[in-house]
Amino acid sequence: MHGLNLDYMAELVPILLSYLPLTLEMAAAGMLCALVLACLLAVIRVTRVPGLNAFALLFISFFRGTPLLVQLFLFYYGLPQVLTFLVSINGITATILGLTLHFSAYMAESIRAAIVGIDRSQTEAALSIGMTQSQLMRRIVLPQATRVATPTLMNYFIDMIKSTSLAFTLGVTEMMGATQKEAASSFLYFEAFLVVAVIYWIVVEALSWLQKWLENRLNRAYQR
Amino acid sequence: MIELKGIGKRFGAHSVFEGIDLSLERGEIIVIVGPSGTGKSTLLRCINFLETPDAGSLTVGDLTVDASRATREQILALRRRTAFVFQNYALFANKTALENIAEGMIVVDHMPKREAHARAREILERIGLADKADAYPASLSGGQQQRVGIGRAMAANAEVILFDEPTSALDPQWVEEVLGLMKQLAAEHQTMIVVTHEMQFAREVADRVVYMDQGRIIEQAPPSELFTAPKDERTRQFLRKILPAQEGV
Repeated sequence: MHGLNLDYMAELVPILLSYLPLTLEMAAAGMLCALVLACLLAVIRVTRVPGLNAFALLFISFFRGTPLLVQLFLFYYGLPQVLTFLVSINGITATILGLTLHFSAYMAESIRAAIVGIDRSQTEAALSIGMTQSQLMRRIVLPQATRVATPTLMNYFIDMIKSTSLAFTLGVTEMMGATQKEAASSFLYFEAFLVVAVIYWIVVEALSWLQKWLENRLNRAYQR
Repeated sequence: MIELKGIGKRFGAHSVFEGIDLSLERGEIIVIVGPSGTGKSTLLRCINFLETPDAGSLTVGDLTVDASRATREQILALRRRTAFVFQNYALFANKTALENIAEGMIVVDHMPKREAHARAREILERIGLADKADAYPASLSGGQQQRVGIGRAMAANAEVILFDEPTSALDPQWVEEVLGLMKQLAAEHQTMIVVTHEMQFAREVADRVVYMDQGRIIEQAPPSELFTAPKDERTRQFLRKILPAQEGV
C-alpha cells in the first residue's frame, strides 16, 4: 500500500484530456445519426408503414436485446469476414456505427411514446384549420413531442458518451484506451483509472447542467 | 349556402344517425340542442370531416362533397371553408395566443408572417385579449383560452364557424365572457352552428333552434316557437326537463 501519487495524476490530466475531443466526437456523431434514425423508426412505428413497421420492430428488438459490446465485436471483427468490402472499416467508424444502431433502438421507443402521448385534441385542432398531416406533424406534434422526449434523450446521450469507452476494445486509442496504455507503463492503475473516471464524471455533470437548462427552456410554454 | 343532405354516420355496427338533412343561409345562426349522446357533436364533426360521414353529401359555399367519395383535396378544401371551436379549447400548447391565431393564416393560407401577426393582433383586440398576445395557453384562464379558440376560428375567415359545446368545460365564472363574444360575432352576422346546452343563449341569439334526439332531427323552428310551442312530445319532455333548471319558460 502506497499513498496516492498526486504528481503522476496531475501529469496524466492533460495527456488524457487530449483524447477527450475524440471521445466527444464519437459521441456527437453517434448521437446525431442515432437521432435521425430513431425519428425515422418512430414515425414508421407510429404511422405503421406496412412492411417497414415489421422491419422496425425486428431492428429495435435485436439492438435492445443484445449487449452493445457484442454488437461492436460483431461489426468490427465479425462482419468483415462475411462482407469483405468492410475489411477496411476502422475502429472509430465501427464504434460510431455500433452506438448509432444500439442507441437509436432505445431512442426510437421514447420518441414514439412522446408522439403517441400528444393529446389528440392538438391533432384535431390542426386538422380543423386545414393543415395537412405533414404540416401538423412538423409544426404541432413533433415540437411538443421533443419537449416530452428531451430528458430521456439526454440520458441516452450521457450513456452514449460513457459507452464510447468501449471503443478501446476495438483498438481505438480514445480516452479509455490512452488510460490503459499509461497505466500499463507506470503500473499506477488506481491513479490512472481514478483520473479518467473523474474526467468522465465532470463531462457528464456538465451535460446534466445543459440538460436542466434545455428542459427549462422547453418548458417555458407550459408554466402557469 | 350550407347544406347537409342525407348525412349518415355509424361506428361499427352502431348507427349514430342517418339521413340527416340540414341547411342554412349565409349569416344564419342555428343552435342544436338535445339530450347527451344523440349525435349532435358527431354531426358537427362530420361537417369538417373530423369524423368521416358514411353517407350523404355536404355543401359549403361553392364546394359540394360526396361523403362516400371524398378525396383528400376535397376534405382539405372543406376544412378551409369551415372553422371549429372545441369544447376543451384545444389550443396549440406550444404556441402563444398570438401564434395560435396566426398559425392557420401562415401555414394554410400562406400569408406572410408579418401580415398574419398584424391580423392576429386585430383579432386579439376584438376578443379583448390584446394584452395576452405572448401568453401561452397554460397561463390563461379557461375563459381566455376559449376566447383564443374562437379567435383562431375567426382568423380562418371561414364560411361557417362550428361550435361544439364551447362553454361546457368552463368554470361557471367564465361562461358569460365566452357567450358574450359569441353574441358579438352573431351581431356581425357570422354564420354559426352551435351545439350547446345554454338555452338562454339559444333563445337570444339563434335564428333557428334544431332539436335532435336519438340520431334524428325531431323539429326545428325559431326559438320563440320552439321554446314556447314545441310540436313534438319528445321536444316538450326535453324542454320540461332542462328549462326549469335554467330560467324557466
